[in-house]
This record gives sequence, structure tokens and C-alpha cells, in this order.
Amino acid sequence: MNNVLAIARKELRSYFASPIAYIVIGLFAVIFGIFFGVILLNFNQASQQGGGQAVNVNEQLIRPVFLNSVVVFLFMLPIVTMRSYAEEKRSGTIELLLTAPLTDLQIILGKFTGAMGLYASMLLVTALSMGSLFFFGTPEVKPLLNTYLGLLLMGGCFVSVGLLISSFTSNQIVAGAVTFGVFLILWVINWPAPFAPWPWLQTFLNYASIVDHFDDFSRGVLDTKHVVYYISFIAVGLFLTARSVDTERWRG
Amino acid sequence: MIEVQHLTKRYGPFTAVSDISFSVERGEILGFLGPNGAGKTTTMRVLTGYMPPTEGTAVVAGFNLAEKPIEAKRRTGYLPETPPLYTDMSVREYLDFCARIKGVPRADRKTRVTTVMERTRVADMAERQCGKLSKGYRQRVGLAQALLHNPEVLILDEPTAGLDPKQINETRQLIKELRGDHTVILSTHILPEVSQTCTRVVIINKGKVVAVDTPDNLTSRLRGSETMYVQLDPMGADAASVLAAIDGVTRVSASSEPRGSALGLEIESDAGRDIRRELAAAIVNRGWGLLELRPMRMSLEDVFLKLTTQESDQPAEGIEPPAEPPAPAEPASDVEVARE
Repeated sequence: MNNVLAIARKELRSYFASPIAYIVIGLFAVIFGIFFGVILLNFNQASQQGGGQAVNVNEQLIRPVFLNSVVVFLFMLPIVTMRSYAEEKRSGTIELLLTAPLTDLQIILGKFTGAMGLYASMLLVTALSMGSLFFFGTPEVKPLLNTYLGLLLMGGCFVSVGLLISSFTSNQIVAGAVTFGVFLILWVINWPAPFAPWPWLQTFLNYASIVDHFDDFSRGVLDTKHVVYYISFIAVGLFLTARSVDTERWRG
Repeated sequence: MIEVQHLTKRYGPFTAVSDISFSVERGEILGFLGPNGAGKTTTMRVLTGYMPPTEGTAVVAGFNLAEKPIEAKRRTGYLPETPPLYTDMSVREYLDFCARIKGVPRADRKTRVTTVMERTRVADMAERQCGKLSKGYRQRVGLAQALLHNPEVLILDEPTAGLDPKQINETRQLIKELRGDHTVILSTHILPEVSQTCTRVVIINKGKVVAVDTPDNLTSRLRGSETMYVQLDPMGADAASVLAAIDGVTRVSASSEPRGSALGLEIESDAGRDIRRELAAAIVNRGWGLLELRPMRMSLEDVFLKLTTQESDQPAEGIEPPAEPPAPAEPASDVEVARE
């Protein structure tokens, strides 16, 4: 456990010692701010016109803001994960890690935790905006927490895929580009589902989309189906990363 | 302390190391010698648990690497060919991180870091970013990292590469100080380094061990015959034939060592036979001046070249020029030709 934390600490340190953390968090804060502002103004308009319909902060403000943010994470997380293994391989520091008394799993979990730490600080930015809502209204807390749980799990999937791809290459740019492409595919993979010729393919495509599983979380529904999907996705991603690192050893 | 048996490492169709076996006793400093691409780094990477061997076993500090890699790694310090530094960390931060992952107890961490920084003479750069260090400092920070957890076994891949002569000396001194409590394997292609620091040498070429012995034994073992160098003044025209007539002398040739007007001769005799008295007597009886008479020794360089170039006749490629002038190489090659 100490070893995992030591690696995670080192990963976080290097994110924040380089401009990466500030670029990623800063850009995200700006884009999230735009989303939040625009949707808030829209929401205001809608609630003033009122009419017969009641407005719900969670449904009409918080949910759309986060559904939009998902796309931004899709763009940002490859930047976070692309260096994790690629850079260690390029600079030779991988030799330090692999010859230290650490298991591969400890190294991988450390890197995962480090990247998740950076992702969590992106989420922290959003928490400020969400907190401000409580001064002016009464959003429901439980759906909001549920949304954050969903965001963490979804981000975990992205990070585990990112780590896996980074472990394939010693070139950060290659890792970043491929990761980004794979994220996009995982996002849109269910779009062709309605046209699938076989029902099983339709089910599969619908089930495969990482982003789609977040939908229920953002609605405030905590469905174990989605939790199981996310957690097994992360586990498989990290397991494959472990295999990839081990294969690299054999190949030398 | 280290037991390597029938170790083979193949990368696809390419065999980097082929069936090598050797062992290192506690407290020894073993020199790993070979031209570039001989398989030194591959062997070291296997011994440090960086990569598994294709065949064979390696036992380090009493732990089989295939069965208990973590225990073996806990007792091994490793300096790879390129020091594995995180360029954005300061030296102190870097060593602190290394101490954490190498399991140095929290309470000792600070003192251990300070001690190794002093020992490897990098304390003055403690707050400098690793990426901004000169090659010499990087190398020594890498060495500091290897010493951090006070390992029983140290594996150093070219520890003096990129250092200036003063630093080379300091580093060799440091390695010598480690003898006794630590078992050291170091690779190098600088030959004087081996004769100065190592208690035993493994010469490896094209993935195979070609010799294992002490530096002294190696040089004497490979000298098939004794060679004397004599310098005469003035040279009698028949000096060579007179000396060749002495009992036991097998061959006389002109030395290629330039010595002003007086010319030198190299005189070979049967191995294990001392002909110095006879030589001196013959020369003095003729009334020639005997300026110099000494046994010629095969330097480790010659041994190395001889062992690593036996199949191809050309000198091994990729051997960097040794730190000391390779003067003795010339006469020795002469000797070798003569033996054939």
C-alpha cells in the first residue's frame, strides 16, 4: 500500500511540477465555466417564463452541464495518461521501477491513483460551481453525489484505457493520439446500434459505450448494472496493462 | 551470493546471451568485460529482475529470481547504463522517492539520503533538478540511488561512463570501499578499471563466457610463452642469431618499441623457463652493453583482444579506446603472429 502511494505521489508531483496539470485543469475550468454560465442563464430564462411547468435544478441545470463536460474529459484525459508509461520507457526510468522491490500491480495502481488524483482535482473545480447553487436554491444532494460517483467511475475507465495504451509505446504523442481516438470510439460506439442487423449486436453496442452508462448516474439513478460495468471495465484495463508491461519484459 | 546457471536470453531469433554460468562470492568485485553488444547489459538486466531469462536460473542474495523476485530486488542495487533519473525532480526529492519504493524505513529515510549523497559526492547539488545536472553528476546520482537501501548486491552497468578522470578515480575508490560488505558486479570496457578494482573478471563475447579468472591469472595464463625484452648498445650485427642459439630460446625478433639509436629485441622462450641469466651472460661475454632486460607481460588489453577476436581476425569493433595509452598492444600482436 505504501508503495502504491509512493508511486501515486510521484505521479501527481510530476503532473503539478510540469505545466500539464495547470493546462488541463485551467482549460477545463474555462470550458466548464462557459457550459455552466450558458446553461444557468438558459435555466433562469426558462424558470422566469415559468408557465405551468415546474423547473428542477438537478434535471435542467446540473445534468446537462455534466453531460456536456463528459466530452471535455474525453479530450483532456488522453493528455493526462499519455505520458505515464511512454515517458518512463523513453527516459529509462522504467528500469528503476521494474528493478525496485515493487510488484507490477503496485506500479500500475500507483499510476492509476495518480492520474485519478489529477482527474479528481478537475472535478473539484466543478464542485465550486455546484456549491454556489446551494446559496440560491435547493438542489437535491443525493443525485448530485450520484453524479460525482458516476463521473469518478467513468473517468476511471478512461484512465485505465489510457494507461494501457501508454504502456504500448515509448512515444507520448502516439500514445495520446491513439488514446484520444479510442475514447471517441468508446463514446460513439452505440450510435450505429439502432441500425444493427442482429439484436445481439444492438445489445452489445448499447452496452459498450462508456458514456452511455453515465446517463443513469446523472439522472440520480444508482443502478448496480452500471457500477459493475465500470468497475469491471477498469479492472480489465488495469489487468491488460499489467500483461502489456510483463510482455514488454519478455521482449526486452 | 550470485549464482548464474545456463542463462540464455533470446530476443526473437536473436540470441543475446547464450548458456552462460558463473558465480560470485560474497564480498567480491566481479568485472564484466566484453565488447559492445556482447550481452553484458542483458545479463545485468536479468540479474536485477528487469527481464526474465529465456532459459536458465539466476539466484541473487539467496533468492531465485523466478520464484522470489521481490526479495532478491530488495537486496539488489542497480545502476543501469543510463541513470534512471526523473528530470523534473531535485536530487533530494528523487532520492527520497527511491528510498520510498525501495522500502527504506520512514525513520531512516532522511539520514540515508543524506549519507549516500555525501558518499557519492552529490550533496552540493541536492536541490538542483536532475534534468539540469551534468553527465558526471547524473551518473553519481544514479550510483547514489543504487546504494540507497544499503543492498547486499550491487550491479553497476558502466559506472564510470561519462565521468572525468578525477571523478573516475573517486568512483573506483568508492567501489573499492564497498568491497567486503557488498558484492559488486560491474561492467565496463575500460580495461585498467578491471585490473584496478576487480577481484575477478568474466570476459564475455557474442553472448558467451570466454574466460573467468582473476586479472593476474588471466594475463599469465594466456601468455603461452615467456617473452623477454632486451636492449643492447652497440648492436652487434649477429646479435639476433647469437641469442637465438641460447638453449630454450624459441624466437628472436626486433621489437617495435622505438628506443632511439639502440634497438630492442624480443626474445621468446619456452613457458615457465627463466633464461635471464643465460641471456645476460651471453651478452656480457660478447662485450655488448646491456641497457635493459625485462620480462614482457601481456596486458589485460591484449588478453581481451585475444579472447574476443579469436574467430574473426580483425580487432573487435566497438571497443572504446582505453583510458591509458595502449602502448603494449603492439609488441604483443607481434608475439601472437610469431606463435602461429
